Amino acid sequence: MAKKVGVLALQGDFERHLAALDECGAEGRVVRLPAELDGLDGFVIPGGESTTIGKLLVRFGLFGPLAALLKDGFPVYGSCAGLIVLAAEIAGYDQPGFRVFDLAVDRNAYGPQVESFEADLDAPALGPEPLRAVFIRAPVVTRAGSGVEVLARFEDRPVLVRQSRLLGSTFHPELTPDRRVHNYFLSIL
Amino acid sequence: MAKKAMNEGDMNSGGSNGRSREIATWRNKVGLAEMLKGGVIMDVTNAEQAKIAEEAGAVAVMALERVPADIRVEGGVARMADPDKIKEIQDAVSIPVMAKCRIGHFAEAQILEALGVDFIDESEVLTPADESFHVNKLLFKVPFVCGCRDLGEALRRIGEGAAMIRTKGEAGSGNVVEAVRHMRAVVGGIRRLQSLPAEELMTEAKNLGAPYDLVVEVARTGKLPVPNFSAGGIATPADASLVMQLGAESVFVGSGIFKSSDPGRRAKAIVEAVTRYDDPKALAEISRGLGEPMPGIDVRQLDEKQLLALRGW
Repeated sequence: MAKKVGVLALQGDFERHLAALDECGAEGRVVRLPAELDGLDGFVIPGGESTTIGKLLVRFGLFGPLAALLKDGFPVYGSCAGLIVLAAEIAGYDQPGFRVFDLAVDRNAYGPQVESFEADLDAPALGPEPLRAVFIRAPVVTRAGSGVEVLARFEDRPVLVRQSRLLGSTFHPELTPDRRVHNYFLSIL
Repeated sequence: MAKKAMNEGDMNSGGSNGRSREIATWRNKVGLAEMLKGGVIMDVTNAEQAKIAEEAGAVAVMALERVPADIRVEGGVARMADPDKIKEIQDAVSIPVMAKCRIGHFAEAQILEALGVDFIDESEVLTPADESFHVNKLLFKVPFVCGCRDLGEALRRIGEGAAMIRTKGEAGSGNVVEAVRHMRAVVGGIRRLQSLPAEELMTEAKNLGAPYDLVVEVARTGKLPVPNFSAGGIATPADASLVMQLGAESVFVGSGIFKSSDPGRRAKAIVEAVTRYDDPKALAEISRGLGEPMPGIDVRQLDEKQLLALRGW
């Protein structure tokens, strides 16, 4: 049976995550309403603007139900803005977030858009081939707690991280054809 | 970390264990446009407005000297905003900051890139600097968005390197009619391409005045190769829903917010309307108690010289 994975579709590149999940053989489901959280095996918070996504989670009544699911160990993958929304600490900003991933993040830490970049990563947990990663106004993880497993680093900073059944990336695997990050997430559901 | 053994590119790497960065790739440029989908980009003229926009949930702000409705009234040459103005707005918010350059004014674009703006709008709202040629956007690290009225114009701009397209509408009019016309023209043009046999695509490219390779790609995929947003005349949550239902992936709201009676509330409502664009019950709730929208202009009363959408070629 295909795993049912909800994708938060309030704002951002949720369609790219839905397409990626589809390519991995999972059943992606659009989630905009609390009732759409029922019956899911996992959940993805996409890239986008973390301030917008955070505010809309609260306004559309999804924040509480998702926080409750996260408390019970619901598997969630956050990419870029999604990771910021999950992080324990967001440096310098007072914005809605779940504070469950034991990380401190610094938003837009590489600078403005002209500093956005791609790079090859070594991620042994995903296999020997380098993983091409697209970083867009990306956050930097400045602290990772002892319960956080670092699956890939770039310039000494964690960029792909796991804590139990939470997965996070500061980059956007949904924008490249390599599906190893999404397949990895499906493997921990 | 066992990094060195597998890494042949380390010679150029600045980091101790990282591989080299390749900055400002096409995927980086279009990727930022992807991140702005399902959102609202708002025109702002100072730090205070920028904060209202961010608080309302805007995905980005457009830093301007004057909103289009005022440009229309005051006349004169409309240019790139003062760098001090742009800095003020960049310092006020954490979301991306866009700014406009005049059509063909690549020196303004170079300055905006040097200022670190996140997106440049080569915009018909400002007075064109070149009546024959647009900026060669492929030469820049910063991504560009350009306006269009139909599919041919969209593909010409993408061919020049635009990483995002917005239909023009009629800026500063508070009237959605042109935004609808242009979105229908783009989406209808795409549908037409999809229906054509392969041997007709070259002639169609000639008729559209569009690069052949892009015509072939759109015929195959059924969508533009970059995100397609809507602009020019959106003033209410219902307007936002309308253009989203017609195929827009996000909306730009210019004068519609800060020319209304309660900008903070209206901004918030339009953000919510873009997310819930296909749910009339939610939209009914979102549309309540917003005060007066901007006054608006019947575009049929404007003569050709006053139509901003006719700028650009």
